[in-house]
Amino acid sequence: MRVPVSWLREFVAAPTDPATLEPALVRVGLEVEEITDLASTVTGPLVVGRVVRITELTGFKKPIRHCLVEVGEAEPRSIVCGATNFAEGDLVVVALPGAVLPGGFAIASRKTYGQLSDGMICSGRELGISEDHAGILVLPAGPRPGEDARPRVGLDDVVVELNITPDRGYCFSVRGIARELAHSLGLPFTDPASRYAPAVATERPAYPLRVEDTVGCDRYYGRLVRGTDPLAPSPEWMRRRLTQAGVRAISLAVDITNYVMLELGQPMHAFDAGALRGEVVVRRARPGERLTTLDGQERALDPGDLVIADDSGVISLAAIMGGRTTEVSDATTDVLFEAAHWDPATVARAARRHRLPSEASKRFERGVDPVLPPIAAARAVALLVEYGGGEATPEVLDIDHRRPAATITLEESLPARRAGVPYPPERVVALLAEVGCAVAPAGDRLEVTPPTWRPDLTDPADLVEEVVRLDGYDRVPSLLPLAPAGRGLTRQQRRRRTVGRALAEAGYTEALNYPFVGPADLAALGLPADDPRRAVLRLVNPISEQEPALRTSLLPPLLATLRRNVGRGQREVALFELGAVFRPRPGVTGVPPRMGVEERPTPAQLATAEGFVPEQPWHAAVVLAGDVEPAGWWGGGRPAGWADAVEAARTVLAAAGIAAGRVEVAAAEYAPWHPGRCAEIRVDGRAVGHAGELHPAVCASAELPRRTCAMELDLDAVPLAEVVAAPAISAFPPALIDVALVVGAEVPAASVQRALASGAGDLLEAVRLFDVYAGAQVGEGRKSLAYKLTFRAPDRTLTVEEAVAARDAAVAEAARAVGACLRG
Amino acid sequence: MTYRNDPYDPKQAAMLAQDALDDAVAEAEKAFAGASDLDALAALRPSHLGDKAPVALARREIGSLPPAAKAEAGKRVNEARRRIEGAFAARQEDLRAERARRMLAEERVDVTLPWDRRPRGARHPLTTLMERIEDLFVGMGYEVAEGPEVELEWYNFDALNMAPDHPARTMMDTFFVAAAEVGAGESGLVLRTHTSPVQARTMLTREPPIYVVCPGRVYRTDELDATHTPVFHQVEGLVVDRGITMAHLKGTLDHFARQMFGADARTRWRPSYFPFTEPSAEFDLWFPQHRDGPRWVEWGGCGMVNPRVLRACGVDPDEYSGFAFGMGIERTLMFRHGVADMRDMVEGDVRFSRAFGMEV
Repeated sequence: MRVPVSWLREFVAAPTDPATLEPALVRVGLEVEEITDLASTVTGPLVVGRVVRITELTGFKKPIRHCLVEVGEAEPRSIVCGATNFAEGDLVVVALPGAVLPGGFAIASRKTYGQLSDGMICSGRELGISEDHAGILVLPAGPRPGEDARPRVGLDDVVVELNITPDRGYCFSVRGIARELAHSLGLPFTDPASRYAPAVATERPAYPLRVEDTVGCDRYYGRLVRGTDPLAPSPEWMRRRLTQAGVRAISLAVDITNYVMLELGQPMHAFDAGALRGEVVVRRARPGERLTTLDGQERALDPGDLVIADDSGVISLAAIMGGRTTEVSDATTDVLFEAAHWDPATVARAARRHRLPSEASKRFERGVDPVLPPIAAARAVALLVEYGGGEATPEVLDIDHRRPAATITLEESLPARRAGVPYPPERVVALLAEVGCAVAPAGDRLEVTPPTWRPDLTDPADLVEEVVRLDGYDRVPSLLPLAPAGRGLTRQQRRRRTVGRALAEAGYTEALNYPFVGPADLAALGLPADDPRRAVLRLVNPISEQEPALRTSLLPPLLATLRRNVGRGQREVALFELGAVFRPRPGVTGVPPRMGVEERPTPAQLATAEGFVPEQPWHAAVVLAGDVEPAGWWGGGRPAGWADAVEAARTVLAAAGIAAGRVEVAAAEYAPWHPGRCAEIRVDGRAVGHAGELHPAVCASAELPRRTCAMELDLDAVPLAEVVAAPAISAFPPALIDVALVVGAEVPAASVQRALASGAGDLLEAVRLFDVYAGAQVGEGRKSLAYKLTFRAPDRTLTVEEAVAARDAAVAEAARAVGACLRG
Repeated sequence: MTYRNDPYDPKQAAMLAQDALDDAVAEAEKAFAGASDLDALAALRPSHLGDKAPVALARREIGSLPPAAKAEAGKRVNEARRRIEGAFAARQEDLRAERARRMLAEERVDVTLPWDRRPRGARHPLTTLMERIEDLFVGMGYEVAEGPEVELEWYNFDALNMAPDHPARTMMDTFFVAAAEVGAGESGLVLRTHTSPVQARTMLTREPPIYVVCPGRVYRTDELDATHTPVFHQVEGLVVDRGITMAHLKGTLDHFARQMFGADARTRWRPSYFPFTEPSAEFDLWFPQHRDGPRWVEWGGCGMVNPRVLRACGVDPDEYSGFAFGMGIERTLMFRHGVADMRDMVEGDVRFSRAFGMEV
């Protein structure tokens, strides 16, 4: 809502100084977007001029005038002008050389059309005060040439732009804002609504009209003006204010409806009464009905829409926008003003359905004072008769089905108890009266009837806010409540933190990516057609049509971030992300049950509704490319490889408190990984994720560096850490024995190690693979794995014989399980 | 016949003369001092302390002395030997110390050489900042509550006093989730537009007193630019207990502000509107560390939980009252750390997060 302060000052002595004005507005809850001092929009000399002589220049493509204009100097100035709507003797606005108009348009002396032009005669649009470019501004008599022209054209005004919260519909008007300013500053307020006498319904209506839906439309008020001049222009002051308020001036009748709406808050509509056919009906739309609205759009109507219809069909989308066929035109002489009151929910639904948030619907869906229609109509009729001529007919249409205002019972002590400020009862009453409530004490309670312009006041809590707000939020003291002892972080919460820190310590940098993906991302990963990760949740209104779905894997957005980093010249990139992925629940169809808000839904309802919420497990993922250990003065670097990705999985699991012995790594073929370099990660035998080098084709199609590696784990599938049983630490010396085993090349090292460990028995403390060899010495299709075995007993120093026996048992088990033999 | 036990040989007994012993000691000391390293010193040992060394030979002569002279001579020989051994040990100690010094000098390196062979990673500052806020409230006894990002409309709107036709609902710029089947209409699911649905979930699953903070990711259909992002983070606080007032809300926000921004920080309120709180306010922070000087900055929204919300969640508004507050983490990070462009927090450029490391 934009409003010039001069308009507010008709009703309250508002300060014009932005430094005083802004806090006054903010204090009562009006959020100030911007305060513009219009005087600063035109700098330099802008003066009143009197046109002394006009010489029409000929021989040009358009009419050009050479004027002598008196600007309070010894000699008149010579100015060339392309407009023709002024005569000798007229007063005009002249920008002299040195002036700068809105948009940085600097005025200078120059030669044009063979004449010196020593300034510019300005139009309203050039000064930024109206849209009017048809001709230059001609001022009414009064000012002397040479005076500052700013006050004559409203350029001494200040315009305030406010954000109005949804509860404050009444502040979409000069009336509402002026009232709030009066509250804020403790100033007297003149209600503009009190200035115009409402006319009561007459026997014969202004126009035959019937309201079928008196819930959707509880008041329909109409007045008719006959014989107006269809070409009469709107007065300059009105056009200027509309422009300042950000509303385009169109025609007198339309400008009046907009002006009255801005002033009082009552949206209105002007019908061309001559275009109406037969009786007018307010009703719900019928299936198949269509309407071309004033914006030129043809709209299919919904049976939920409230419409205004005559014998020709629907002529207006009620409370939102009028129709083309009955709009006032440059031939309209009889104008029917509509000022009605509509059901907010019906308007909100229709505006949303037609994606048509108009100035009218914005106000009606937030609630408009139902007292206003006769007052607004009286104001509109008077303005039209004054500036357009014609005659107001005495007939008045007023179909009134308003219900009496409800009262709210407020415990007198409630404001004090909610705010923690001891308001005396008389203070509560006074503050409520100040906002316009009628307050009747009833014991320790107050029966409060809110004013008609405050439909947002429905609950005791709303009244509490009014009391606290007007008394001042800054009067609320500061007091720390004492919370009961809490449980601390949950184990899942602690785990996510530990995992994040571990990955960061291991060299990975965290990214928080948008979870949006598209079909191209999933295709680039090479996922098979039946891969569950292709079952995605889609958005109705995505930011980008390329990414209309939610991720089922952290990898696509994470790889995009890797690509972005590489594109910015980062050669070594290691990233991680912890976040939710989104999986539709298979087999769930239909919509969640409708649940009320009057009371707690039943457990059954809540459980059923919860069944519609998709699974959103937390995953952990890393991607890496380039060297994980860079080259340096010490020598060459080490490129990232599949093993780093597997190690990242181990890092995550270790941080999650999973003992290394519970983690199993097995070869797997799983997109988007390289089929020979992909590990499935298992905990207690159950797969929780994959790690390795990406498929070369994926790197190529996703434009990733060659040999990019990745890991992704379902963190929620990893069991929570168990309470660790402390190990017995033996102080006796260990016995170390190396063994080299030859096995088939295809035998996984993990199987060999598992066999050694299980064969070695309890004396084995550690087993570590320290060499892998494949070559002529061990034969084709075979490899040698060299292990260091550490044996130790808890209670004695092991003898050589004991250690050797354990080593032999380990080797025997490896021979049995994986066909291993000692390398000779 | 009688024999003398040992024939007295004055020439041999001369080795026991004090002068001779002193000479042996002086000779040994001179020789040891001339040894340039431990090996040379070790090579000198036999000739001054070995079997053929003068003091060893002198000792052998003691037997030839008359019994009365033996003790005195033995004492002198021992004394001489002790002196030689002392000289040897002292020289040995010196040479060892010198060798150690030389070795340390030789092993000197340039400790300013860089050793960034295992580059460190970093956590995202938004994560770290959220954890910091969580920790602050956990320390006060609050718990951290969470909820799903794809959320039922009922939790995101209805339960929070935003009926389907409420103007605030359309102002929320919501991402709607499509129904599973094509053409099936609405799914009843949205990407949560705020963390407030967690309030409803918390009240529906716990009995008061409730003291929780709800950090998390939220979504609005804004295009990404320097000051907007469609995906961002909030932290929200909710307290429901007997006798909770706006003063408690103010005290909590002031405490929070002081913990995050120092003893001079505080908050002030501007009346505002949220459907789920009544009274409602937006709150500003007095931010002493602003690079252009201390000033008020907009921080978040707050208010007393609307009794309608309590009722929808099964909490008796006559028995309990509560407050809620929330703020954007991106916004907090932006003013706290002078982040100029929202995109830096979104794009995942490693240079951004690395600047923050592990703590904010």
